[in-house]
Amino acid sequence: MASISMTVNGKTVGGEVEDRTLLVEFIRENLRLTGTHVGCDTSQCGACVVHVDGKAVKSCTTLAAQANGSEVTTIEGLANGDLHPMQQAFKDNHGLQCGFCTPGMIMAATDMVNRLGKDLDEKTIRTELEGNICRCTGYHNIVKSIQDGASKM
Amino acid sequence: MYETNYHRASSVEDAISKMGSADDAKFVSGGQTLIPTMKQRLAAPSDLIDLRHVDSMKGITIDGNQITIGAATTHAEVNASKELRAICPAICDLAGHIGDPHVRHMGTIGGSIANNDPAADYPAAMMALNAQIATNKRTIDTDDFFTGMFETALDEDEIVTAVTFPAPAKAAYSKFPNPASRYAMAGVFVAKLKNGMARVGVTGAGADGVFRHEDMEEALKGDWSSSSIADCKVDADDLLSDLHADNNYRANLVKVMAKRAVEASS
Amino acid sequence: MSEGIGARVLRKEDKRFITGNGKYTDDVTNHGQCYAAFVRSPHAHAKVKSIDKSAAEKMMGVEGVFDGHQLTGDGIGNIICGWAVASKDGSPMNMGAWSALATDTVRYVGDAVAVVIADSPANARTAAEAVMVDYEELPVVVNAGEAIKDGSPQIHPEAANNLIFDWEIGEEAATDAALAEAAYVCEMDITNNRLSPNPMEPRSAVATYDASEEHYTLYTTSQNPHVARLVLSAFYQVAPEHKLRVIAPDVGGGFGAKIYIYPEEIVCLWASMKTNKSVKWTADRTEAFLTDAHGRDHITKAKMGFDKDNNIVAFKVDTIANLGAYMSLFSSATPTYLYATLLSGQYNIANIHANVRAVYTNTTPVDAYRGAGRPEASYLIERTMETAARELGVSPADLRRQNFVTEFPHQTPVIMAYDSGDFATNQDAAMKAADYAGFEARRTEAASRGKLRGIGMSSYIEACGIAPSAAVGSLGAGVGLWESAEVRVNPVGTVEVLTGSHSHGQGHETTFAQLINDRFGLPADNVQIVHGDTDKVQFGMGTYGSRSGAVGMSAIVKALDKVEAKAKKIAAHMLEADEGDIVIENGEVKVAGTDKTLGWHEVCLGAYTAHNLPEGMEPGLKEGAFYDPANFTFPAGCYICEVEVDPDTGKTEIVQFVASDDFGTIINPMIVEGQVHGGVAQGIGQALLEEAVYDDSGQLLTGSYMDYTMPRADDVPSYVVSHETTICPGNPLGIKGCGEAGAIGSPPAVINAITDAIGNNDLSMPATPAKVWAAIQASQTKQAAE
Repeated sequence: MASISMTVNGKTVGGEVEDRTLLVEFIRENLRLTGTHVGCDTSQCGACVVHVDGKAVKSCTTLAAQANGSEVTTIEGLANGDLHPMQQAFKDNHGLQCGFCTPGMIMAATDMVNRLGKDLDEKTIRTELEGNICRCTGYHNIVKSIQDGASKM
Repeated sequence: MYETNYHRASSVEDAISKMGSADDAKFVSGGQTLIPTMKQRLAAPSDLIDLRHVDSMKGITIDGNQITIGAATTHAEVNASKELRAICPAICDLAGHIGDPHVRHMGTIGGSIANNDPAADYPAAMMALNAQIATNKRTIDTDDFFTGMFETALDEDEIVTAVTFPAPAKAAYSKFPNPASRYAMAGVFVAKLKNGMARVGVTGAGADGVFRHEDMEEALKGDWSSSSIADCKVDADDLLSDLHADNNYRANLVKVMAKRAVEASS
Repeated sequence: MSEGIGARVLRKEDKRFITGNGKYTDDVTNHGQCYAAFVRSPHAHAKVKSIDKSAAEKMMGVEGVFDGHQLTGDGIGNIICGWAVASKDGSPMNMGAWSALATDTVRYVGDAVAVVIADSPANARTAAEAVMVDYEELPVVVNAGEAIKDGSPQIHPEAANNLIFDWEIGEEAATDAALAEAAYVCEMDITNNRLSPNPMEPRSAVATYDASEEHYTLYTTSQNPHVARLVLSAFYQVAPEHKLRVIAPDVGGGFGAKIYIYPEEIVCLWASMKTNKSVKWTADRTEAFLTDAHGRDHITKAKMGFDKDNNIVAFKVDTIANLGAYMSLFSSATPTYLYATLLSGQYNIANIHANVRAVYTNTTPVDAYRGAGRPEASYLIERTMETAARELGVSPADLRRQNFVTEFPHQTPVIMAYDSGDFATNQDAAMKAADYAGFEARRTEAASRGKLRGIGMSSYIEACGIAPSAAVGSLGAGVGLWESAEVRVNPVGTVEVLTGSHSHGQGHETTFAQLINDRFGLPADNVQIVHGDTDKVQFGMGTYGSRSGAVGMSAIVKALDKVEAKAKKIAAHMLEADEGDIVIENGEVKVAGTDKTLGWHEVCLGAYTAHNLPEGMEPGLKEGAFYDPANFTFPAGCYICEVEVDPDTGKTEIVQFVASDDFGTIINPMIVEGQVHGGVAQGIGQALLEEAVYDDSGQLLTGSYMDYTMPRADDVPSYVVSHETTICPGNPLGIKGCGEAGAIGSPPAVINAITDAIGNNDLSMPATPAKVWAAIQASQTKQAAE
C-alpha cells in the first residue's frame, strides 16, 4: 500500500491506496470526482486528461503514487468562479454533444493555451488535439470553441 | 494491472539499490509505455522504481558543441529548450512530435531509448547523431546500444542516465505516422555531422527495429541533397509488414521520408 | 432572443458536462458494490469441454463465479433478433441460439463463457483469469463470401451453410430484361467495410437486486431503456417488467451500438440476484471492440443499366451481408428493409431488384451503426453513378440531375414512397458552395505543387422515423415504432416533458424545450425534459434512426395540443370569454382583441386549485400522447468532397467538404449542424481510416486504438454546411431527421474524390495511405504498359 498525499483542486487529500492504483482511479473512486473519464486502455483518447503541477497528463497512464506530492487540477476545479472561459466557449460554440470527451478536451485546451498562447490557428489546434478523441462533433465546433476560449483566457 | 510496489528513487545509487533488493523490478520513468502494458497485464513487475525524481538525470547541458540530455528529461522539455533549438532544432522538432502533448509531459528520452520500441522516434535520432549513451556503469556507443526490437545492450541493473552527442551541421527528422497509433510507420532522421560524416537512422520500418541506412549515408556524405539518395535502394525484405502497411510501402516511405528530411534539414 | 422553433438556442444540458457533473453509468456507485469480470473465449470457434471454477471461487474478494449452465438453469432465455425476415422461398430466417453465457460452443473471440463477481475490478479480473476453460478448437470462417460456400465451417446447426436468409425485393425478371436492353451497363464490385461504432463512453451496467421488494434496478448505457426493460423481461425472463427499473442516465454517445441488449446487462442483473450485491461492469476499450455490435460488412455485385440518353433503366444488386456469430437485436432489418428499400436513391428507376443473403461468421455480431443500411445503399448507388458518368464521359452532376425524381409523392419499385424533396436545389447549393465549376483550375494549381487533386459528389437519400407501426409489423418487426410523450404542467406554470426518446448527445433537453417555448412562450429554463428512466416515463421506443425529431417530437406536439386545448378551456371559463378567442403567447393567456389577460401561471394554478373550472372538467393540467407516424421521412442532400493526394505517400487530405441537406423543419440549426459535422466525420472515418479487421483464425487485429484508426482532429476538415428545406408532409412539425445523414452521404463523396484524383477507380474503403499509394502505383504501371 502507498500512503499518498496531494492537492486536488486546491484541497489536500490523501490516504492509503494500492500501489497499482491509477491516478484516474484515485480521482474517480477515492475522491468521487467523476468528471474525469476513461475512454480507452491504450493512452490515446484523452478523456482522462487532468493537470498535474500545471501540465496536462493522462491520468489513466499515471499511478496515483507517481503524483504523490503534486498539485492536481481536474475539470471540477478548473473554474475560478462559475465557468472558466474555456468551459464557457465550449457551451457558446456547441463544442460538445454527449459530453464524455469534454472534460479531457477542456483540460487539454487550457493546457494548449498555457503552452502556446491565446492566438491559436486552426491547424495548430487540430495538431495539438492528437491526444484527444471525440466521436460526436467531428471536431469542427471543438476547434471553434478552443479558438474562442483561448482568446478569452 | 497486477499488484506491484512503487518506489521513488532519490538518486541513481538509490535506484540501483532498490532494484537490487526487489524480486522482479522494473525502472519506470514517464511510464507512458510501461503503465499501459501493465494495465493490459502484459507486464507484471513486482516493483516499480521511479526515476523521474532523480535530479542528476534531468536537464539539458550544452558545452560548446557537445549536447547532453539527462535521461529523465521529458519530451516536452526537449521540445521547448531554446538553447538546444539554437544548435540542434531537429531533436527539438522530433520531441515535439512524439505521442501527444500529454504524453510528452510525462515521457522521457531515457525511457524511450531504454524501451527501444521499433516505432519510437528517439532511437532514429540517437543513431543518426552518433550519440553516446551514458549509464550508471559505462558509456555505450549508439551503434552498440540498440540490439533489436525492444532489446538494448543494457543490463538488468543498468540505467540510462544521459545521452550525449555533438551538434550536427545539419539535421532533420521526417516521420510518416501510423494512422491509428500515430507511432512512426517510417521515420527517418538524417544528420550531417561536423566531421563530414552523414548518418541516417530509420525507425518504424525495420523488422529488427531501428537501423542505419548506409547507402544513403554514403550518398549524402558526397552530396547532401535529396537527389543524391534518389537511386539508393531500400530493401523491402528487411522491413516490417503489418495490417497498416506492407514492406514495399514501408520501403517507399523510408525513401520519401529520407528525402523530405534532407530537404528540411537545417 | 427567441427560444422557439428555428432558434440557435445554446444547450441547457451543457453546464453539467463542461463542469464534470454529468452522470454516466460508471459514475453510479452503490454501497457494497461488487464488480463483474467476464471470462471470454480466446478462440473464434470452439467447443467448451469443461469449465473449472474451483480455483477462482476461492480467490480474494470473490462473491461468486457463474457459468452458462447456471444461467440457463435459472430460466434465463436466449438473446433474440427482434425482426423476422423470411427468405424469398417463404421459409423463416434460420436463427441460431445465443445464450448470454455460452454453454457448449463459443463462436467468436470475446464470446463470454463465465462471469466472476468480486469486491474490486482487479480482484474480479484476477479471478476471471483463474477460471479454467477447456476448449476444443473448431475450424473458423470470418468472411461472409467464404462462409456460404459448401464445406465451410458450420457455425449454428440451425443455419445450413451459415445462411440466415436469402431475401429479395423488386422484380427480378423485369430488371433483367431492362438490363438486357440497356445501351450501357455499369458493373460494380463493392465491399462496404466493417466498422466498430466506438461511442467514447464504453458500455456499462450497474445492476442492483432488492431482496425486500424482489425488485431490480439497472443503470445502463442504453439508447432505449424501455425496450431494454421489455426485452429483458419478456424474452430473457431476467425479471418481470413491473419489477425492473431501467435507467439510462447520461450516455456518452451511442451510434447504434447502445440500442441492443447485450449479454453483460443480462448477466449483471441475474448475478446481482445470485449474490444479493449491486454489480457493476464497465467495458474496457478492448472489450468494446470485441463485443459492441459492429456495423456494415457487405460484399455486393451491382449492375446499373442506362438507355442511349443516359436515363437509368434498371438496377440489380446482389449483396452478401455478414451478421457475425449471432443475430443481434435488429441485425436482420439492417441489410434488408433499411438497405434495399433505398436502392432507388434520388433517381427515377423503373426496375430494381436486390437479393440479400445474410450470413453467420465467427466474428462479433453486426447490427445497425449510424445510418444502418442506408450508408451501404448510398455508397453503392453513388459510387455507381460517379463511375457510370466517368465511363459515359458525362458530368457526374448532370448524369445525376437528369435522373432525379422531381415529382412527389414518388413510389419507388422498392417499397418507399418519397413524400417531398428538391434534389436539384440541393445539388445547386452544394455545387455553388463548393465552386464546382472552378475545380479544374484548382486541380491544375495543385498539380504545380505535386499534389493530385480530385472532386467527388454524392446525392444521398435516406429514410428516417421508421414507421408506421402496422407497416413495419407486416415486414417482420417485433415492436411498434411509435413514440410517447407526457406534458406535465405544474401549478406554478413550469413544465415537465416526459419523453420516450433518449438523448445521448443529441441535445433533446434543449430542442424539446424549444417546442414548449414556441407553443406557450415559456423560457427554456422553465422546462424540464425527463427521459431515460422507466419509473418516470411510462413507455418509449428510444432514440435511433434519426427518429427523435420526426417521431418523438411529434408525440410531444400531440400532448401539447391537448394541454393547450384544456388550458384554453380553463382560461375561457376564468375570463368569461369564448374558448376560440383565447390566445397563449409569451407566457400570457389573452382574449384576442381585448385587454383581458391572465398569466400562464394563473391558468395553471387555476387548473390545480380547481376552484373555478368549467362544469365537469377534471382538475390538473397533464396530458399524454402516443404518436405513430403515417410514413417514413426522407432526408436527402448533396455532398461534395475535394481532396489532395500526396502521390509519394498516398496520404489524402480533405481540403473541402460541402454538405447541403434537406432535413425538413429545423428546430435548432446549431444542433442540426453539429449532427452533420459528427456524421460526416464518421463517414470520412469509414472512407479513409476505419476498419475492423480479422485474421483467418478469427482474431480481431484492430482491438484497440493502436490499430483501429479513429478520426482525429487533424484527419478531418472544417465543414461547409447548409440547408435547403422542403417540409415533410408526414408529421405535424414537418421534420425529416438529421442524425445519420452525414454518415450516409459522405463516404461515396470521399471515395469518388480520391478515385478522381488518382485516376484509378479500383479503390476500396478505407482508403488508407498504403492502399491509395498502391492504387497510384497500379495506375502508373497500367499507363506505362499502354
